[in-house]
Amino acid sequence: MRTNVAEPDRNDVSDKGAASVRFRAVDKAFGALTVLEDLHLDVEPGERVVVIGPSGSGKTTILRVTMTLEHIDAGTIQIGGEQLYHEPTSAGTLKPASEKHIRKVRSNIGMVFQHFNLFPHMSAIENVMLAPIKVHGVSRDEAQHNGMELLAKVGLAEHANHTPGQLSGGQKQRVAIARALATSPSVMLFDEVTSALDPELVGDVLNVLRDIAEEGRTTMMLVTHEMGFAREIADRVLMFDKGRVVESGPPSQVLDNPQQERTRSFLGAVAEH
Amino acid sequence: MADDTPHTQQAVDEPSQEGGDAPAQPAFDLEVEQSHKWYRRPDVLVPVTLVVLGLSLLAIVPAPSGRFSSQFSPGREVSFGWDYFFHLLPQMLRGLYTTARATVLGFLIAATLGMVMAMLRRSQNRVVSLPTAFLIEFIRSTPILVQMFFAQVLVRSVDWLSLNPIVILFLVLGIHYATYASEAYRAGINSVPKGQWEAAVALNLDPVTKWTRIIIPQAIPNVLPTLGNYLVAAFKDAPIGDAVLSTAGVLFFANTIRAEDFRPVEPYLLIGVGFLLVSLPAAWLVRRLEAHIAYERG
Repeated sequence: MRTNVAEPDRNDVSDKGAASVRFRAVDKAFGALTVLEDLHLDVEPGERVVVIGPSGSGKTTILRVTMTLEHIDAGTIQIGGEQLYHEPTSAGTLKPASEKHIRKVRSNIGMVFQHFNLFPHMSAIENVMLAPIKVHGVSRDEAQHNGMELLAKVGLAEHANHTPGQLSGGQKQRVAIARALATSPSVMLFDEVTSALDPELVGDVLNVLRDIAEEGRTTMMLVTHEMGFAREIADRVLMFDKGRVVESGPPSQVLDNPQQERTRSFLGAVAEH
Repeated sequence: MADDTPHTQQAVDEPSQEGGDAPAQPAFDLEVEQSHKWYRRPDVLVPVTLVVLGLSLLAIVPAPSGRFSSQFSPGREVSFGWDYFFHLLPQMLRGLYTTARATVLGFLIAATLGMVMAMLRRSQNRVVSLPTAFLIEFIRSTPILVQMFFAQVLVRSVDWLSLNPIVILFLVLGIHYATYASEAYRAGINSVPKGQWEAAVALNLDPVTKWTRIIIPQAIPNVLPTLGNYLVAAFKDAPIGDAVLSTAGVLFFANTIRAEDFRPVEPYLLIGVGFLLVSLPAAWLVRRLEAHIAYERG
């Protein structure tokens, strides 16, 4: 187990702006399989970045290391200007972050999963209320009030007392979104949130994502195979392959007029479906 | 494996300079596939071979000479009477009650101590987890009869330690079954899907909330049928205390009657009936519980 400190990148001294998510020279490998390689990425506050790419390209890993579900091997990640995996020392260098520090920075991030991961033994409203009460110390009444508002926003107020087992896939995913929003994170990560849904249920979930995007307060990073939706919602599209960003730009460029052969072949393959 | 506590791992690798280094060539080459045939896997092959070898040895090597003898001569008449049988019933029930009470007290210890052991064994700190794992395996692989004798000798030889035999009995039962319960808890905890642990991280839940609100509530239903089976097993082991420690349980009752009245058949038969009366409904309840949980899973 390696527990050494990454030396801060000297090139980063000027990068003191308040980018919402900032990757610097991030490496991540699973055994012999490199999934992120020397990744540099800046996501501005309120920006909506859609990550596309073939499966196994590492695009989901970008979200997972941001959420600390996987830990990076090298490099740094900043959230809202604060180091996620490191803490500054008095000498001005960085040391590996304590659990406490990670928890503090992580509270700015929310994530929605492909398979919802709702707590099956709790009702929809209990799922939404848990983190505000337990993590943010909100009173039960206030959490319930806010939770009901969120469930209403995703169109599920009348299902508040249903358990996940009583909900359809699309409804579960909308509860999961409400649950992630309940702590008002400044960065929201969406990991193929419509991939596990029946086609006729995808629309409701995308509508909720549109609403969040329109409010414009939340930085959104989405991994998706819905190219039409990506074109509509994204400020920027990242084409990802073999652990590296192949092409990056507005959807009109990356999706409609790709410069890289790899992007063209990927979009061609996707379009055939 | 659900990995709950993030531990920061950083490498000293200098960030590679832009565009300078060798291309990331072998990134997607996977290792040579292992054989998937189950009988070829070393983790299956080795124990199975050892067990087969051991069993063959038992079959081949002749038993050491010697005889078990009995003071009862063959052909001696055995009497049985229903009147006497029912006459003994209240005494048997009294003994059964003592046995059941020791079982329940022991099992309360087992259920709580088992959870503690399961948590210690899961600990990231090897100084904690390895000795716990060793202790669990050690207790699980030695007979409770031997442990009972050991506890008795221990209590007798330590001056300041004076324990009522019934206390020794339920302590031994409790510790013995705690090791089994801890393995059941461990399996139950591991059966909670990975996504639940990840959701707990994504919601930034503190460890106490994660365990008490997310993991344990989902692990316990999986564990209950196993715990129920262990409760029945502990009940069947409890009479060992009568034989070793002379606790006044159901076996002690039968031994006493036999010594006083020289009629062994009725009391031992009664014990059998007594155990059936408790064990059968208990086994039935455990099966109901299993079916119920399977139904809840849908």
